[in-house]
Amino acid sequence: MKYYFASRKGIFAVGLFIGIAAAVLQKLGNPANMGVCVACFLRDITGSLGLHRASVVQYIRPEIIGFVLGALLAALLAREFKPRAGSAPIVRFVLGFFAMIGALVFLGCPWRALLRLAGGDGNAILGLAGLIVGIWIGILFMKSGYNLGRNQRTYASVGLIMPAMMVGLLLLLILKPQIKTGVPFFSTKGPGSLHAPVVISLMVGIVIGILAQRTRFCTMGAIRDIILIRDFHLMSGVAGLLAGAFIVNVVFKQFSPGFAGQPVAHTEHLWNFAGMVLSGLAFALAGGCPGRQLFMSGEGDGDAAVFVLGMIVGAGFAHNFATASSPKGPGELGPFFVVIGLIMCFLIGFTMRKKV
Amino acid sequence: MSERIDARGLSCPQPVVVTRNKMDEIVQGEFEVIVDTATSQDNITRMSKNQGWLVDVKEDGDDFILTIKKP
Repeated sequence: MKYYFASRKGIFAVGLFIGIAAAVLQKLGNPANMGVCVACFLRDITGSLGLHRASVVQYIRPEIIGFVLGALLAALLAREFKPRAGSAPIVRFVLGFFAMIGALVFLGCPWRALLRLAGGDGNAILGLAGLIVGIWIGILFMKSGYNLGRNQRTYASVGLIMPAMMVGLLLLLILKPQIKTGVPFFSTKGPGSLHAPVVISLMVGIVIGILAQRTRFCTMGAIRDIILIRDFHLMSGVAGLLAGAFIVNVVFKQFSPGFAGQPVAHTEHLWNFAGMVLSGLAFALAGGCPGRQLFMSGEGDGDAAVFVLGMIVGAGFAHNFATASSPKGPGELGPFFVVIGLIMCFLIGFTMRKKV
Repeated sequence: MSERIDARGLSCPQPVVVTRNKMDEIVQGEFEVIVDTATSQDNITRMSKNQGWLVDVKEDGDDFILTIKKP
């Protein structure tokens, strides 16, 4: 079994499962071309907690909870739960923050870029191109010595903080406490109101968490490994995701090719591209796509957990400061924040180098 | 004893990068890399085999010691 997960067939099968699951979740109620978007779903959680007030994107997404708890479960069973932290956490926070800013200008993480492509959304091509360019810039920094330093082994309880937060979110979702301020908020219209049944979403999330932890599924790593070491292993997972979602979309008649009028997408090519350049660079500098960061946070990686918290705060900013795009196009400050984010990432890449 | 590179605690893909740099430097011979996550161990093993190097993995407490050689 261990060998299967480490094989190319194994990771392809896991990608295929994620793609199929995402498209099926859409059929069961999740927003179109957003079956399991890590960025969008973290943004929805942020909104539900009242950290942004965009009323159409507020829901505690059980898939995210499942990713972390599934990865924790798999890591514990495989004796791979290794509590560790302390590799430039503040930098990881900033990278998570700007990764989210960029993703919400494009309107999706790499997973959703693939799901959008599998649904026929041509704008995803610009996003994926941006992602590749961003990762390529990150590789140039890596080759010139960029490195955030070593983490340290730490107490088991440190590695359990992010899973504990996820349990807290799950309780909020299930118990729906009546708090005077109105939190947790749940959208009554817009993408936040669209969701598959909680139990199914949670189960799918847990299974994906387990499988992805075992295979180290990572979309950013897929592109990085091809450019950096000509290794196509992780790309097999990406190909599986794309194929799975495409097949299910065709079967369920969810495939509709074109650029205009695509679900939760805009057609400003420059900002679809630039948003993902920023995200791709931030993911590369942090060592993983948003999904992978969630899985690592379940494996006990406190730095990945800080990246995730950065993404949550970034999502709050994105809506409060009008940097997030809407189907009409980029938000008022979206382009400005993308430029600021790129400057920050370049500063991180140029100034944080040392010999290993 | 062959030279040992300590790649513990480094983020992905640094352990792979330092291993690859060492391969490019010595072209053939033997060295060891010590890592602390199964992911790094998998990644280095896969890359090394792809590059035509032999890999032997030994668990050492919480760490993995990889002996990498090309005769």
